[in-house]
Amino acid sequence: MTDTGQTNVLVLILATAVTAGTPILYAALGELLTERSGVINLGVEGMMLIGAVSGFMTAVVFKNPWAGVAAALLAGGAVALIHAFLTITLRTNQVVSGLALTIFGTGLSGYLGKSFIGLPLPVPFTSRPLGMLSEIPFFGPVFFNHDPLVYLTYLLVPALWVFIYKMRPGMHLRALGENPSAADSLGVKVFLSRYMYVVAGGMLAGVGGAYLSLAYAPSWLENMTAGRGWIAVALVIFALWNPLRAMVGAYIFGGIDALGLRLQVLGVMIPSFFLQMMPYIFTILVLVVVLGKNRSARTGSPGALGIPFDREER
Amino acid sequence: MGESIKVKLVEMRGITKRFPGVLANDSVDFSVEPGEIHALLGENGSGKSTLMSILAGQYRPDGGVMLVKGKEISFRSPRDAIKSGIGMVHQHFKLVDNFTVTENIILGDDRTPFFCRLDSLSAKISRLGEEYGLTVDPGARIDQLSVGEKQRVEILKMLYRGSDLLVMDEPTAVLTPQESEELFANLKKFAAAGRSVVLITHKLNEVLSAADRVTVLRGGRTAAVLGREEITESKLARLMVGRDIDPVKNDSKDFAGETVLELQGVGAMKDVGRQGLRNITFSVKRGQIFGIAGVAGNGQKELAEAVTGLRWVHSGRIRINDKDITNLSPRVIADLGVSFVPEDRLGMGLVPGLGIVDNLILKRYRKAPVAGRYLIDYKKAGQEAERLVKEFDVKVADFRSPVSLLSGGNLQRLLLAREISENPSLIVVVYPVRGLDVGATEAVHSILLELRRKGTAILLVSEDLEEIIKLCDRVGVMYEGEIAGILPGGDIRPEEIGLLMMGSGISREGA
Repeated sequence: MTDTGQTNVLVLILATAVTAGTPILYAALGELLTERSGVINLGVEGMMLIGAVSGFMTAVVFKNPWAGVAAALLAGGAVALIHAFLTITLRTNQVVSGLALTIFGTGLSGYLGKSFIGLPLPVPFTSRPLGMLSEIPFFGPVFFNHDPLVYLTYLLVPALWVFIYKMRPGMHLRALGENPSAADSLGVKVFLSRYMYVVAGGMLAGVGGAYLSLAYAPSWLENMTAGRGWIAVALVIFALWNPLRAMVGAYIFGGIDALGLRLQVLGVMIPSFFLQMMPYIFTILVLVVVLGKNRSARTGSPGALGIPFDREER
Repeated sequence: MGESIKVKLVEMRGITKRFPGVLANDSVDFSVEPGEIHALLGENGSGKSTLMSILAGQYRPDGGVMLVKGKEISFRSPRDAIKSGIGMVHQHFKLVDNFTVTENIILGDDRTPFFCRLDSLSAKISRLGEEYGLTVDPGARIDQLSVGEKQRVEILKMLYRGSDLLVMDEPTAVLTPQESEELFANLKKFAAAGRSVVLITHKLNEVLSAADRVTVLRGGRTAAVLGREEITESKLARLMVGRDIDPVKNDSKDFAGETVLELQGVGAMKDVGRQGLRNITFSVKRGQIFGIAGVAGNGQKELAEAVTGLRWVHSGRIRINDKDITNLSPRVIADLGVSFVPEDRLGMGLVPGLGIVDNLILKRYRKAPVAGRYLIDYKKAGQEAERLVKEFDVKVADFRSPVSLLSGGNLQRLLLAREISENPSLIVVVYPVRGLDVGATEAVHSILLELRRKGTAILLVSEDLEEIIKLCDRVGVMYEGEIAGILPGGDIRPEEIGLLMMGSGISREGA
């Protein structure tokens, strides 16, 4: 452990970027699936909070972090099911429903977690170096010295990429978001599929939240997602609905988060409020740049995003 | 006599379908033999699309039986119909724009392997296309294709699924005459190969040139079934409309008054930032109908919007009665005597949720007598509306109920009433008879000819060549944002316009 040398500081910052990016990545992957099927879910923030609190509570009770993950999956999926029912079956405005669920999730998680505030988690996820891989110079400590939930994204991201672009159900998913009536006329089950993808998206958002309360900062704090759900929504646009780009984007956001922490530790004289602001400023900048560049062509955005499907309508 | 030997491919007996307040199909019989092209002829609202939607599994009938190859069946969804070998090509294509041709064709098909091997599937689709003369690049994205190519993809989609029967819903509505001819040649090839085609149409010449048999529907009932040798144009027209129609004609003497509309080198962008109009130059005189022909999407919409002030013009000048109106606001242009009947009657021309009176005063609520000192004088507005409704023969039950409940023909009359009541010196009319039946079409045409007689200049955008030839004194053909040629009215041949519509050929005469 040579604590001089800039490489080590860089490695530390990058390693933190990966862990700080992981909750955003989970939520963004979920949102990506949901939006690919043609539904916008602005309830991500609320679903992350519900996932965080239910994951934490379950992990405390069962003394097992994986039980927490399972609970977060269920809770996130359950809230997403409300969104699916409102927007797919009742065809309400997707933006309104999503916003309502974020407010609902914030309130409910605060209420449920009241007696758990400040409690330490007895069994948090801990870093497990991944054998030989963790000994690769530079890359080893940056990518392969983390907890299992981080490793899981290394499998999930390429798997989703293959699913979306190379597999038959993935092709149906893309068609759902682009032109559901074309998909419907060829026998793709539009309603059922959209339900599935909205619920799957909510489950991933739940896990993203649980990552915060079980691994990143193992405890429960009211509103602990601090806007990461919104960053995830923006990230999907930055990623042009592609999981690989979402991963890169999540780590950039994580890096900015991590940089803020590091700079404080190193005693750089920048007000801490400014540093905390950076991820959000960056989000705005990213949206301006990405949307500005693609304004004319609207590349990537699913054509039927936000439009409820109705077979009778022409 | 052959019926005992040959099993009919499809037989529908006594099909009845009710929609709230409408009996769309009233005990209709319909059958298709293997290897025939069968035209289903009828006006809008005669029930032909409903009948075929039942055959394609989209609607379920309220009564009657269907047999496919002699076996009774009932379809729950389009998927069931496809499995029985019945494929429908809809008028509005159901294609995913940013997918490739191959992806669109294999979408939703059970035989596609879990991991799509697009290369081998593309090769298969290429072979299928060659077999039927439907050449299209399997790797091309749909939004790069022309309308004719998109239609080929739709047909291939059904052939790929092994359809024995192709139902084509008004297939020539979006095609140039040459593309239509090619389509019919291909359809004849299918028929020769033993497959069958149902051609839904309201164009008599298509029936005459392509059909082996025709079923005429009128008012939801079968009016007649005729074999090839019995088909004549006048007979079909009478069966379809139920009476003899007396088509209006342009008396074709050019008023040649002073110039009302003049465009000089006008250029404008499309919505998505590409060039929409290039160097457009022409003029329209008093009492002249100037037709704009062309395949939809070649700049007609942009042209109409540029003239009415709805689209920014980045080069050139537009003049109305010698006054430069380039890039003035739509209201100023309207006040200078330009009326507009847009393509989208109900969305853009009228406010669907408002009643007749409100819709009729949309342009005059600022002026006397409708405008009072502070409030709208609804009594005067109501009287005015009643006068117009009577004059233009709009059939209404209630002046307050939303206009979205009116039929297409009545909507168009209402819209024309509002625009004409402004006494315009120029009226821009876009696709005025799209979706209207024969009777309503004749009414709209006679209104336009009456206006012409009164000396109004008319800019008529149309994709219907018959309409163009019938009404116009001059015709400009648009191709990719340019005027490909201007033809004088009177002796225009459709092929001539057709060539210009595809960007080839030269104009016979300058502007």
